Amino acid sequence: MSENQIKNLEAEFEAKISRDEKIEPKDWMPEKYRQTHIRQISQHAHSEIVGMLPEGNWITRAPSLRRKVALLAKVQDEAGHGLYLYSACETLGISRDELYEQLHTGKAKYSSIFNYPTLTWADMGAIGWLVDGAAIINQVPLCNTSYGPYARAMVRVCKEESFHQRQGFEIMMKLAQGTPEQKEMAQDALNRWWWPSLMMLGPTDDASVHTEQSMKWKLKRKTNDELRQQFIDQTVPQADLIGLTIPDFDLKWNEERGHYDFGPINWDEFWQVVKGHGPCNKERLAARKGAWERGEWVRDAAMAYAEKQADRKEKQVV
Amino acid sequence: MNKNLYNYILGVADNSLILGQRLGELCGHGPSLETDIALTNISLDLLGQVRGYYQYAAKILGGNASEDTIAFIRKERDYKNVLLVEQPNTDFAYVIARQFLFDVYHVLFLDQLQHSRDLTLSAIAKKSLKEALYHKRFSSDWIKRLGDGTDESHSRIQNAMNDLWVFTNELFQLTEADKEMLNEGIGVDVTQLKADYYNQLNDVLNEATIEIPEVKFFQKGGKEGVHTEHMGYILAEMQYMQRAYPNMEW
Ligand SMILES: [Fe+2]
Ligand SMILES: [Fe+2]
Ligand SMILES: [Fe+2]
Repeated sequence: MSENQIKNLEAEFEAKISRDEKIEPKDWMPEKYRQTHIRQISQHAHSEIVGMLPEGNWITRAPSLRRKVALLAKVQDEAGHGLYLYSACETLGISRDELYEQLHTGKAKYSSIFNYPTLTWADMGAIGWLVDGAAIINQVPLCNTSYGPYARAMVRVCKEESFHQRQGFEIMMKLAQGTPEQKEMAQDALNRWWWPSLMMLGPTDDASVHTEQSMKWKLKRKTNDELRQQFIDQTVPQADLIGLTIPDFDLKWNEERGHYDFGPINWDEFWQVVKGHGPCNKERLAARKGAWERGEWVRDAAMAYAEKQADRKEKQVV
Repeated sequence: MNKNLYNYILGVADNSLILGQRLGELCGHGPSLETDIALTNISLDLLGQVRGYYQYAAKILGGNASEDTIAFIRKERDYKNVLLVEQPNTDFAYVIARQFLFDVYHVLFLDQLQHSRDLTLSAIAKKSLKEALYHKRFSSDWIKRLGDGTDESHSRIQNAMNDLWVFTNELFQLTEADKEMLNEGIGVDVTQLKADYYNQLNDVLNEATIEIPEVKFFQKGGKEGVHTEHMGYILAEMQYMQRAYPNMEW
Protein backbone atom coordinates (compact mmCIF):
# COMPACT_ATOMS: atom_id res chain seq x y z
CA MET A 1 0.00 0.00 0.00
CA SER A 2 1.31 3.42 -0.87
CA GLU A 3 1.77 6.06 1.76
CA ASN A 4 -1.03 8.02 0.20
CA GLN A 5 -3.41 5.14 0.39
CA ILE A 6 -2.62 4.67 4.04
CA LYS A 7 -3.16 8.35 4.70
CA ASN A 8 -6.55 8.10 3.04
CA LEU A 9 -7.50 5.10 5.12
CA GLU A 10 -6.40 6.89 8.25
CA ALA A 11 -8.39 9.96 7.38
CA GLU A 12 -11.47 7.91 6.67
CA PHE A 13 -10.97 6.02 9.92
CA GLU A 14 -10.68 9.20 12.00
CA ALA A 15 -13.68 10.70 10.25
CA LYS A 16 -15.73 7.65 11.02
CA ILE A 17 -14.89 7.91 14.70
CA SER A 18 -15.71 11.58 14.83
CA ARG A 19 -19.06 10.85 13.19
CA ASP A 20 -19.65 8.51 16.14
CA GLU A 21 -19.73 5.45 13.90
CA LYS A 22 -18.39 2.20 15.24
CA ILE A 23 -15.20 0.54 14.08
CA GLU A 24 -15.90 -3.14 13.43
CA PRO A 25 -13.41 -6.05 13.43
CA LYS A 26 -13.25 -6.30 9.63
CA ASP A 27 -12.70 -2.55 9.16
CA TRP A 28 -9.26 -1.20 8.50
CA MET A 29 -7.68 0.26 11.62
CA PRO A 30 -4.27 1.70 12.47
CA GLU A 31 -1.97 -0.80 14.15
CA LYS A 32 -1.71 1.45 17.18
CA TYR A 33 -5.47 1.45 17.56
CA ARG A 34 -5.49 -2.34 17.46
CA GLN A 35 -2.67 -2.65 19.99
CA THR A 36 -4.13 -0.08 22.35
CA HIS A 37 -7.47 -1.85 22.27
CA ILE A 38 -5.94 -5.25 22.84
CA ARG A 39 -4.14 -3.83 25.83
CA GLN A 40 -7.14 -2.10 27.33
CA ILE A 41 -9.77 -4.75 26.64
CA SER A 42 -7.58 -7.59 27.85
CA GLN A 43 -6.64 -5.66 30.95
CA HIS A 44 -10.30 -5.22 31.59
CA ALA A 45 -11.03 -8.92 30.97
CA HIS A 46 -8.22 -9.95 33.29
CA SER A 47 -9.59 -7.62 35.96
CA GLU A 48 -12.94 -9.37 35.75
CA ILE A 49 -11.52 -12.82 36.31
CA VAL A 50 -8.89 -11.89 38.88
CA GLY A 51 -11.70 -9.90 40.51
CA MET A 52 -13.54 -13.17 41.09
CA LEU A 53 -10.91 -14.23 43.62
CA PRO A 54 -11.29 -11.76 46.49
CA GLU A 55 -15.05 -12.23 46.54
CA GLY A 56 -14.86 -15.93 45.78
CA ASN A 57 -12.95 -16.07 49.05
CA TRP A 58 -16.23 -15.57 50.96
CA ILE A 59 -18.64 -17.81 49.08
CA THR A 60 -18.17 -20.75 51.42
CA ARG A 61 -18.50 -18.49 54.47
CA ALA A 62 -21.40 -16.27 53.48
CA PRO A 63 -23.57 -15.69 56.56
CA SER A 64 -26.95 -16.67 55.10
CA LEU A 65 -28.26 -18.74 52.24
CA ARG A 66 -29.67 -15.67 50.53
CA ARG A 67 -26.29 -13.96 50.70
CA LYS A 68 -24.45 -17.06 49.56
CA VAL A 69 -26.61 -17.39 46.48
CA ALA A 70 -26.33 -13.67 45.67
CA LEU A 71 -22.56 -13.71 46.06
CA LEU A 72 -22.17 -16.81 43.91
CA ALA A 73 -24.30 -15.19 41.24
CA LYS A 74 -22.26 -12.01 41.42
CA VAL A 75 -18.94 -13.76 41.07
CA GLN A 76 -20.41 -15.76 38.21
CA ASP A 77 -21.45 -12.51 36.53
CA GLU A 78 -17.83 -11.40 36.70
CA ALA A 79 -16.81 -14.61 34.92
CA GLY A 80 -19.39 -13.76 32.28
CA HIS A 81 -17.91 -10.28 31.93
CA GLY A 82 -14.53 -11.88 31.46
CA LEU A 83 -15.99 -14.05 28.71
CA TYR A 84 -17.58 -11.17 26.77
CA LEU A 85 -14.43 -9.12 27.05
CA TYR A 86 -12.08 -11.90 25.99
CA SER A 87 -14.35 -12.50 23.02
CA ALA A 88 -14.31 -8.79 22.15
CA CYS A 89 -10.53 -8.83 22.40
CA GLU A 90 -10.23 -11.92 20.20
CA THR A 91 -11.88 -10.00 17.36
CA LEU A 92 -8.68 -7.97 17.22
CA GLY A 93 -6.71 -11.03 16.17
CA ILE A 94 -5.33 -12.44 19.39
CA SER A 95 -6.33 -15.72 21.05
CA ARG A 96 -7.61 -16.22 24.55
CA ASP A 97 -4.65 -18.49 25.27
CA GLU A 98 -2.24 -15.74 24.32
CA LEU A 99 -4.10 -13.33 26.53
CA TYR A 100 -3.92 -15.70 29.47
CA GLU A 101 -0.24 -16.17 28.81
CA GLN A 102 0.24 -12.40 29.07
CA LEU A 103 -1.63 -12.36 32.37
CA HIS A 104 0.29 -15.29 33.81
CA THR A 105 3.69 -13.93 32.88
CA GLY A 106 2.85 -10.52 34.30
CA LYS A 107 3.05 -8.84 30.89
CA ALA A 108 -0.58 -7.80 31.08
CA LYS A 109 -1.96 -5.93 34.06
CA TYR A 110 -5.27 -6.12 35.86
CA SER A 111 -6.92 -3.69 38.20
CA SER A 112 -4.77 -3.26 41.31
CA ILE A 113 -7.76 -3.13 43.60
CA PHE A 114 -7.95 -6.92 43.52
CA ASN A 115 -4.58 -7.18 45.19
CA TYR A 116 -6.15 -6.20 48.50
CA PRO A 117 -7.38 -8.94 50.83
CA THR A 118 -11.01 -9.61 51.79
CA LEU A 119 -10.86 -10.02 55.54
CA THR A 120 -14.45 -9.89 56.71
CA TRP A 121 -17.95 -10.36 55.37
CA ALA A 122 -18.31 -6.57 55.23
CA ASP A 123 -15.68 -6.54 52.51
CA MET A 124 -18.31 -8.12 50.25
CA GLY A 125 -20.42 -5.05 50.86
CA ALA A 126 -17.57 -2.61 50.45
CA ILE A 127 -16.41 -4.19 47.21
CA GLY A 128 -19.85 -4.15 45.63
CA TRP A 129 -20.57 -0.64 46.76
CA LEU A 130 -17.19 0.99 46.15
CA VAL A 131 -15.28 -1.18 43.70
CA ASP A 132 -18.18 -1.98 41.40
CA GLY A 133 -19.25 1.63 41.93
CA ALA A 134 -15.93 3.00 40.75
CA ALA A 135 -15.89 0.47 37.90
CA ILE A 136 -19.23 1.79 36.69
CA ILE A 137 -17.92 5.34 36.65
CA ASN A 138 -14.96 4.15 34.63
CA GLN A 139 -17.04 2.03 32.31
CA VAL A 140 -20.30 3.78 31.51
CA PRO A 141 -18.54 6.12 29.06
CA LEU A 142 -17.15 3.01 27.32
CA CYS A 143 -20.64 2.00 26.22
CA ASN A 144 -20.09 4.66 23.54
CA THR A 145 -16.50 3.86 22.76
CA SER A 146 -15.44 3.65 19.12
CA TYR A 147 -14.67 -0.06 18.87
CA GLY A 148 -18.00 -1.83 18.27
CA PRO A 149 -17.42 -5.18 20.02
CA TYR A 150 -16.02 -3.44 23.11
CA ALA A 151 -18.88 -0.93 23.26
CA ARG A 152 -21.47 -3.70 22.98
CA ALA A 153 -19.76 -5.82 25.64
CA MET A 154 -19.74 -2.81 27.95
CA VAL A 155 -23.47 -2.24 27.62
CA ARG A 156 -24.13 -5.71 29.02
CA VAL A 157 -21.40 -5.41 31.63
CA CYS A 158 -22.55 -2.03 32.95
CA LYS A 159 -26.11 -3.21 33.47
CA GLU A 160 -24.88 -5.98 35.74
CA GLU A 161 -22.32 -3.81 37.51
CA SER A 162 -24.99 -1.40 38.68
CA PHE A 163 -26.91 -4.33 40.07
CA HIS A 164 -23.74 -5.42 41.89
CA GLN A 165 -23.29 -1.98 43.30
CA ARG A 166 -26.79 -1.84 44.71
CA GLN A 167 -26.34 -5.30 46.17
CA GLY A 168 -23.07 -4.26 47.82
CA PHE A 169 -24.60 -1.11 49.23
CA GLU A 170 -27.47 -3.15 50.60
CA ILE A 171 -25.01 -5.46 52.39
CA MET A 172 -23.34 -2.41 53.94
CA MET A 173 -26.63 -0.83 54.90
CA LYS A 174 -27.78 -3.98 56.65
CA LEU A 175 -24.52 -4.12 58.61
CA ALA A 176 -24.60 -0.42 59.43
CA GLN A 177 -28.11 -0.86 60.85
CA GLY A 178 -27.16 -4.02 62.70
CA THR A 179 -25.46 -4.73 66.02
CA PRO A 180 -22.44 -2.67 67.18
CA GLU A 181 -20.20 -5.51 66.03
CA GLN A 182 -21.72 -5.45 62.56
CA LYS A 183 -21.48 -1.70 62.34
CA GLU A 184 -17.84 -1.84 63.35
CA MET A 185 -17.23 -4.48 60.69
CA ALA A 186 -18.80 -2.23 58.07
CA GLN A 187 -16.82 0.84 59.12
CA ASP A 188 -13.58 -1.14 59.13
CA ALA A 189 -14.26 -2.37 55.60
CA LEU A 190 -14.99 1.16 54.42
CA ASN A 191 -11.75 2.34 56.04
CA ARG A 192 -9.73 -0.28 54.20
CA TRP A 193 -11.42 -0.02 50.79
CA TRP A 194 -11.98 3.72 50.48
CA TRP A 195 -8.53 4.84 49.39
CA PRO A 196 -7.80 1.92 47.08
CA SER A 197 -11.17 2.59 45.44
CA LEU A 198 -10.19 6.19 44.77
CA MET A 199 -6.95 4.93 43.24
CA MET A 200 -8.96 2.65 40.96
CA LEU A 201 -9.91 5.67 38.90
CA GLY A 202 -6.31 5.94 37.81
CA PRO A 203 -3.33 8.20 38.48
CA THR A 204 -3.83 11.96 38.55
CA ASP A 205 -4.01 13.55 35.13
CA ASP A 206 -0.46 14.88 35.06
CA ALA A 207 0.90 11.34 35.75
CA SER A 208 -1.37 9.57 33.26
CA VAL A 209 0.28 8.56 29.99
CA HIS A 210 -2.44 7.51 27.62
CA THR A 211 -5.12 10.09 28.09
CA GLU A 212 -4.97 12.26 24.98
CA GLN A 213 -4.98 9.48 22.41
CA SER A 214 -7.62 7.62 24.39
CA MET A 215 -9.90 10.63 24.36
CA LYS A 216 -9.71 10.80 20.60
CA TRP A 217 -10.65 7.15 20.24
CA LYS A 218 -13.37 7.50 22.86
CA LEU A 219 -11.66 5.02 25.12
CA LYS A 220 -11.91 7.85 27.58
CA ARG A 221 -14.28 10.76 27.79
CA LYS A 222 -13.34 12.33 31.10
CA THR A 223 -10.00 12.57 32.84
CA ASN A 224 -9.13 10.37 35.81
CA ASP A 225 -9.43 13.31 38.17
CA GLU A 226 -12.88 14.19 36.86
CA LEU A 227 -14.01 10.59 37.27
CA ARG A 228 -12.61 10.46 40.79
CA GLN A 229 -14.43 13.63 41.75
CA GLN A 230 -17.64 12.18 40.35
CA PHE A 231 -17.14 9.02 42.39
CA ILE A 232 -16.52 10.93 45.60
CA ASP A 233 -19.45 13.28 45.07
CA GLN A 234 -21.71 10.32 44.48
CA THR A 235 -20.46 8.15 47.33
CA VAL A 236 -20.17 10.55 50.27
CA PRO A 237 -23.93 11.12 50.58
CA GLN A 238 -24.47 7.35 50.41
CA ALA A 239 -22.10 6.84 53.35
CA ASP A 240 -23.91 9.62 55.24
CA LEU A 241 -27.21 7.95 54.56
CA ILE A 242 -26.19 4.74 56.32
CA GLY A 243 -24.20 6.46 59.06
CA LEU A 244 -20.71 5.39 58.06
CA THR A 245 -17.75 7.76 58.06
CA ILE A 246 -15.47 8.22 55.06
CA PRO A 247 -11.92 7.88 56.43
CA ASP A 248 -10.70 11.29 55.24
CA PHE A 249 -10.33 14.22 57.67
CA ASP A 250 -9.99 16.68 54.79
CA LEU A 251 -13.26 15.69 53.20
CA LYS A 252 -15.71 18.59 53.10
CA TRP A 253 -18.24 20.12 50.77
CA ASN A 254 -16.89 23.03 48.76
CA GLU A 255 -19.80 25.32 48.01
CA GLU A 256 -17.85 27.29 45.44
CA ARG A 257 -16.69 24.32 43.39
CA GLY A 258 -19.90 22.42 43.91
CA HIS A 259 -17.82 19.37 44.78
CA TYR A 260 -16.30 17.67 47.78
CA ASP A 261 -12.71 18.55 48.59
CA PHE A 262 -10.69 15.57 49.68
CA GLY A 263 -7.32 14.72 51.20
CA PRO A 264 -4.14 13.63 49.45
CA ILE A 265 -4.02 10.14 47.95
CA ASN A 266 -1.04 7.98 48.76
CA TRP A 267 0.27 7.42 45.25
CA ASP A 268 3.36 5.64 46.54
CA GLU A 269 1.08 2.89 47.74
CA PHE A 270 -0.68 2.84 44.39
CA TRP A 271 2.55 2.39 42.43
CA GLN A 272 3.83 -0.16 44.90
CA VAL A 273 0.74 -2.32 44.31
CA VAL A 274 0.81 -1.75 40.53
CA LYS A 275 4.42 -2.90 40.48
CA GLY A 276 3.49 -6.18 42.13
CA HIS A 277 4.06 -5.50 45.80
CA GLY A 278 0.52 -5.24 47.12
CA PRO A 279 -0.74 -7.48 49.89
CA CYS A 280 -2.12 -10.18 47.56
CA ASN A 281 -0.43 -9.79 44.15
CA LYS A 282 1.39 -13.08 44.52
CA GLU A 283 -1.66 -14.99 45.73
CA ARG A 284 -3.91 -13.67 42.98
CA LEU A 285 -1.53 -14.51 40.19
CA ALA A 286 -0.72 -17.89 41.71
CA ALA A 287 -4.43 -18.69 41.95
CA ARG A 288 -5.01 -17.84 38.27
CA LYS A 289 -1.93 -19.70 37.11
CA GLY A 290 -2.72 -22.65 39.34
CA ALA A 291 -6.26 -22.95 37.99
CA TRP A 292 -4.94 -22.76 34.43
CA GLU A 293 -2.22 -25.33 34.96
CA ARG A 294 -4.45 -27.73 36.87
CA GLY A 295 -6.95 -27.35 34.07
CA GLU A 296 -4.57 -28.24 31.29
CA TRP A 297 -5.29 -31.96 31.20
CA VAL A 298 -9.01 -31.19 31.25
CA ARG A 299 -8.79 -28.88 28.26
CA ASP A 300 -6.59 -31.41 26.46
CA ALA A 301 -9.14 -34.13 27.11
CA ALA A 302 -11.98 -32.01 25.76
CA MET A 303 -9.97 -31.27 22.63
CA ALA A 304 -8.97 -34.91 22.09
CA TYR A 305 -12.53 -36.06 22.57
CA ALA A 306 -13.88 -33.49 20.13
CA GLU A 307 -11.36 -34.64 17.53
CA LYS A 308 -12.31 -38.27 18.01
CA GLN A 309 -15.97 -37.42 17.67
CA ALA A 310 -15.32 -35.49 14.47
CA ASP A 311 -13.35 -38.44 13.07
CA ARG A 312 -16.17 -40.84 13.90
CA LYS A 313 -18.71 -38.62 12.19
CA GLU A 314 -16.54 -38.41 9.10
CA LYS A 315 -16.21 -42.18 8.92
CA GLN A 316 -19.96 -42.58 9.24
CA VAL A 317 -20.50 -40.28 6.30
CA VAL A 318 -17.98 -42.23 4.19
CA MET B 1 -44.94 -30.90 64.49
CA ASN B 2 -44.48 -33.67 61.97
CA LYS B 3 -41.02 -34.84 62.99
CA ASN B 4 -40.82 -37.44 60.24
CA LEU B 5 -41.68 -34.99 57.51
CA TYR B 6 -39.16 -32.53 58.90
CA ASN B 7 -36.42 -35.17 58.94
CA TYR B 8 -37.42 -36.36 55.54
CA ILE B 9 -37.04 -32.88 54.06
CA LEU B 10 -33.61 -32.50 55.64
CA GLY B 11 -32.58 -35.85 54.21
CA VAL B 12 -33.37 -34.55 50.77
CA ALA B 13 -32.18 -30.97 51.12
CA ASP B 14 -28.90 -31.58 52.95
CA ASN B 15 -27.53 -33.37 49.88
CA SER B 16 -28.07 -30.27 47.80
CA LEU B 17 -26.69 -27.98 50.49
CA ILE B 18 -23.43 -29.83 50.94
CA LEU B 19 -22.89 -30.44 47.24
CA GLY B 20 -23.72 -26.80 46.52
CA GLN B 21 -21.21 -25.76 49.16
CA ARG B 22 -18.52 -28.01 47.68
CA LEU B 23 -19.09 -26.57 44.22
CA GLY B 24 -18.99 -23.09 45.69
CA GLU B 25 -15.39 -23.73 46.74
CA LEU B 26 -14.46 -24.01 43.07
CA CYS B 27 -15.90 -20.72 41.89
CA GLY B 28 -13.08 -18.78 40.24
CA HIS B 29 -10.76 -21.78 40.11
CA GLY B 30 -12.21 -23.87 37.28
CA PRO B 31 -10.19 -25.31 34.38
CA SER B 32 -11.81 -22.82 31.99
CA LEU B 33 -14.20 -19.90 32.28
CA GLU B 34 -16.96 -21.97 30.67
CA THR B 35 -16.71 -24.86 33.14
CA ASP B 36 -16.36 -22.39 35.99
CA ILE B 37 -19.62 -20.76 34.99
CA ALA B 38 -21.35 -24.12 34.49
CA LEU B 39 -20.31 -25.51 37.88
CA THR B 40 -21.38 -22.29 39.56
CA ASN B 41 -24.73 -22.63 37.83
CA ILE B 42 -25.18 -26.07 39.29
CA SER B 43 -24.23 -24.78 42.71
CA LEU B 44 -26.75 -21.96 42.36
CA ASP B 45 -29.50 -24.37 41.33
CA LEU B 46 -28.79 -26.68 44.25
CA LEU B 47 -28.73 -23.87 46.78
CA GLY B 48 -31.93 -22.47 45.32
CA GLN B 49 -33.57 -25.85 45.87
CA VAL B 50 -32.21 -25.95 49.40
CA ARG B 51 -33.87 -22.66 50.23
CA GLY B 52 -37.22 -23.98 49.12
CA TYR B 53 -36.89 -27.13 51.19
CA TYR B 54 -35.59 -25.41 54.31
CA GLN B 55 -38.20 -22.68 54.21
CA TYR B 56 -40.76 -25.43 54.25
CA ALA B 57 -38.92 -27.28 57.01
CA ALA B 58 -38.74 -24.07 59.06
CA LYS B 59 -42.50 -23.68 58.79
CA ILE B 60 -42.95 -27.21 60.09
CA LEU B 61 -40.51 -26.57 62.92
CA GLY B 62 -42.18 -23.28 63.86
CA GLY B 63 -40.91 -20.82 66.45
CA ASN B 64 -37.80 -18.94 65.44
CA ALA B 65 -36.65 -21.50 62.91
CA SER B 66 -35.62 -20.17 59.51
CA GLU B 67 -33.87 -21.48 56.44
CA ASP B 68 -30.65 -20.15 57.95
CA THR B 69 -30.98 -21.67 61.41
CA ILE B 70 -31.54 -24.99 59.67
CA ALA B 71 -28.68 -24.52 57.23
CA PHE B 72 -26.11 -23.11 59.62
CA ILE B 73 -26.65 -23.94 63.24
CA ARG B 74 -27.16 -27.63 63.43
CA LYS B 75 -24.55 -30.01 64.87
CA GLU B 76 -22.71 -32.28 62.51
CA ARG B 77 -24.67 -35.33 63.68
CA ASP B 78 -27.88 -33.63 62.60
CA TYR B 79 -26.91 -33.23 58.95
CA LYS B 80 -28.40 -36.06 56.92
CA ASN B 81 -26.63 -35.80 53.58
CA VAL B 82 -25.08 -38.88 52.00
CA LEU B 83 -21.32 -39.29 52.23
CA LEU B 84 -20.92 -38.94 48.47
CA VAL B 85 -21.67 -35.22 48.35
CA GLU B 86 -19.21 -34.27 51.09
CA GLN B 87 -16.22 -35.80 49.27
CA PRO B 88 -13.56 -33.20 48.41
CA ASN B 89 -12.75 -31.48 45.12
CA THR B 90 -9.61 -33.57 44.71
CA ASP B 91 -9.36 -32.69 41.03
CA PHE B 92 -11.74 -32.02 38.16
CA ALA B 93 -12.24 -35.75 37.62
CA TYR B 94 -13.49 -36.19 41.20
CA VAL B 95 -15.72 -33.16 40.83
CA ILE B 96 -17.28 -34.58 37.69
CA ALA B 97 -17.52 -38.16 38.97
CA ARG B 98 -19.18 -37.00 42.20
CA GLN B 99 -21.56 -34.82 40.24
CA PHE B 100 -22.46 -37.56 37.80
CA LEU B 101 -23.02 -40.18 40.51
CA PHE B 102 -25.31 -37.75 42.27
CA ASP B 103 -27.10 -36.33 39.23
CA VAL B 104 -28.25 -39.69 37.91
CA TYR B 105 -29.73 -40.45 41.32
CA HIS B 106 -31.13 -36.96 41.70
CA VAL B 107 -33.09 -37.10 38.47
CA LEU B 108 -34.57 -40.50 39.30
CA PHE B 109 -35.44 -39.30 42.77
CA LEU B 110 -37.07 -36.02 41.76
CA ASP B 111 -38.97 -37.74 39.02
CA GLN B 112 -40.72 -39.71 41.78
CA LEU B 113 -40.91 -36.92 44.34
CA GLN B 114 -42.89 -34.77 41.92
CA HIS B 115 -45.77 -37.19 42.45
CA SER B 116 -45.64 -36.79 46.23
CA ARG B 117 -48.91 -36.23 48.03
CA ASP B 118 -47.21 -33.32 49.76
CA LEU B 119 -47.89 -30.41 47.44
CA THR B 120 -44.96 -28.29 48.56
CA LEU B 121 -42.49 -31.10 48.01
CA SER B 122 -44.06 -31.97 44.72
CA ALA B 123 -43.78 -28.36 43.54
CA ILE B 124 -40.13 -28.09 44.55
CA ALA B 125 -39.41 -31.43 42.89
CA LYS B 126 -41.01 -30.38 39.62
CA LYS B 127 -38.94 -27.25 39.43
CA SER B 128 -35.75 -29.00 40.54
CA LEU B 129 -36.18 -31.84 38.09
CA LYS B 130 -35.64 -29.55 35.13
CA GLU B 131 -32.44 -28.30 36.69
CA ALA B 132 -31.23 -31.77 37.62
CA LEU B 133 -31.75 -32.98 34.07
CA TYR B 134 -29.49 -30.23 32.88
CA HIS B 135 -26.89 -31.10 35.52
CA LYS B 136 -26.99 -34.73 34.48
CA ARG B 137 -26.41 -33.83 30.86
CA PHE B 138 -23.47 -31.65 31.82
CA SER B 139 -21.82 -34.25 34.02
CA SER B 140 -22.49 -37.16 31.62
CA ASP B 141 -20.95 -35.20 28.77
CA TRP B 142 -17.86 -34.57 30.84
CA ILE B 143 -17.66 -38.21 31.91
CA LYS B 144 -17.46 -39.09 28.22
CA ARG B 145 -14.94 -36.39 27.44
CA LEU B 146 -12.66 -37.41 30.26
CA GLY B 147 -13.09 -41.15 29.80
CA ASP B 148 -12.59 -41.06 26.06
CA GLY B 149 -10.25 -38.06 25.96
CA THR B 150 -6.54 -38.53 26.62
CA ASP B 151 -4.72 -41.28 28.51
CA GLU B 152 -4.28 -38.95 31.42
CA SER B 153 -7.91 -37.92 31.61
CA HIS B 154 -8.96 -41.54 31.27
CA SER B 155 -6.88 -42.69 34.18
CA ARG B 156 -7.92 -39.76 36.32
CA ILE B 157 -11.63 -40.29 35.80
CA GLN B 158 -11.22 -44.04 36.27
CA ASN B 159 -9.48 -43.39 39.60
CA ALA B 160 -12.12 -40.96 40.72
CA MET B 161 -14.86 -43.40 39.78
CA ASN B 162 -13.14 -46.24 41.63
CA ASP B 163 -12.85 -44.12 44.75
CA LEU B 164 -16.33 -42.66 44.75
CA TRP B 165 -18.25 -45.77 43.76
CA VAL B 166 -18.23 -46.99 47.37
CA PHE B 167 -20.54 -44.13 48.27
CA THR B 168 -23.26 -44.94 45.75
CA ASN B 169 -25.08 -47.68 47.60
CA GLU B 170 -26.00 -45.39 50.46
CA LEU B 171 -28.28 -43.46 48.13
CA PHE B 172 -30.70 -46.39 48.16
CA GLN B 173 -31.00 -46.99 51.87
CA LEU B 174 -34.22 -46.19 53.64
CA THR B 175 -34.11 -44.28 56.91
CA GLU B 176 -36.90 -44.37 59.48
CA ALA B 177 -38.22 -41.07 58.18
CA ASP B 178 -38.10 -42.44 54.62
CA LYS B 179 -40.20 -45.44 55.61
CA GLU B 180 -42.77 -43.32 57.42
CA MET B 181 -43.07 -40.88 54.56
CA LEU B 182 -43.30 -43.70 52.08
CA ASN B 183 -46.26 -45.10 53.99
CA GLU B 184 -47.97 -41.72 53.86
CA GLY B 185 -47.50 -41.37 50.13
CA ILE B 186 -45.19 -38.41 50.63
CA GLY B 187 -41.74 -39.96 50.24
CA VAL B 188 -40.00 -41.89 47.51
CA ASP B 189 -39.06 -45.54 47.70
CA VAL B 190 -35.41 -45.14 46.82
CA THR B 191 -34.82 -48.88 46.84
CA GLN B 192 -36.89 -48.99 43.66
CA LEU B 193 -34.51 -46.60 41.89
CA LYS B 194 -31.41 -48.71 42.33
CA ALA B 195 -31.56 -50.97 39.27
CA ASP B 196 -32.33 -48.10 36.95
CA TYR B 197 -29.52 -46.08 38.52
CA TYR B 198 -26.82 -48.67 37.96
CA ASN B 199 -28.10 -49.35 34.45
CA GLN B 200 -27.76 -45.73 33.51
CA LEU B 201 -24.32 -45.58 35.05
CA ASN B 202 -23.30 -48.62 33.03
CA ASP B 203 -24.46 -47.07 29.79
CA VAL B 204 -22.59 -43.82 30.24
CA LEU B 205 -19.44 -45.44 31.58
CA ASN B 206 -19.41 -47.93 28.72
CA GLU B 207 -19.62 -45.16 26.20
CA ALA B 208 -16.89 -43.33 28.06
CA THR B 209 -14.69 -46.47 28.05
CA ILE B 210 -14.56 -46.38 31.84
CA GLU B 211 -14.57 -49.70 33.64
CA ILE B 212 -17.29 -50.34 36.18
CA PRO B 213 -15.52 -50.45 39.53
CA GLU B 214 -15.78 -53.72 41.37
CA VAL B 215 -16.76 -52.87 44.87
CA LYS B 216 -17.70 -55.43 47.49
CA PHE B 217 -18.00 -53.14 50.51
CA PHE B 218 -19.87 -49.89 50.44
CA GLN B 219 -19.66 -46.95 52.80
CA LYS B 220 -22.66 -45.50 54.57
CA GLY B 221 -23.60 -43.38 57.54
CA GLY B 222 -24.36 -39.92 56.26
CA LYS B 223 -28.09 -40.40 56.31
CA GLU B 224 -27.81 -41.20 60.02
CA GLY B 225 -25.52 -38.24 60.65
CA VAL B 226 -22.32 -40.28 60.84
CA HIS B 227 -20.10 -38.50 58.34
CA THR B 228 -16.58 -38.69 56.97
CA GLU B 229 -13.85 -36.55 58.48
CA HIS B 230 -14.37 -34.00 55.70
CA MET B 231 -17.71 -32.93 57.07
CA GLY B 232 -16.42 -31.10 60.12
CA TYR B 233 -14.29 -28.83 57.99
CA ILE B 234 -17.11 -28.10 55.58
CA LEU B 235 -19.27 -27.06 58.50
CA ALA B 236 -16.52 -25.07 60.21
CA GLU B 237 -16.27 -22.95 57.11
CA MET B 238 -19.93 -22.83 56.25
CA GLN B 239 -21.07 -22.04 59.79
CA TYR B 240 -18.27 -19.63 60.60
CA MET B 241 -20.28 -16.40 60.47
CA GLN B 242 -23.36 -17.75 62.21
CA ARG B 243 -21.21 -19.21 64.99
CA ALA B 244 -18.95 -16.19 65.44
CA TYR B 245 -21.82 -13.67 65.28
CA PRO B 246 -24.87 -15.48 66.60
CA ASN B 247 -28.42 -14.10 66.35
CA MET B 248 -27.76 -11.38 63.83
CA GLU B 249 -29.35 -10.50 60.55
CA TRP B 250 -27.36 -10.24 57.38
FE1 LIG C 1 -15.61 -4.56 35.51
FE1 LIG D 1 -17.62 -7.15 36.18
FE1 LIG E 1 -19.27 -6.45 39.23
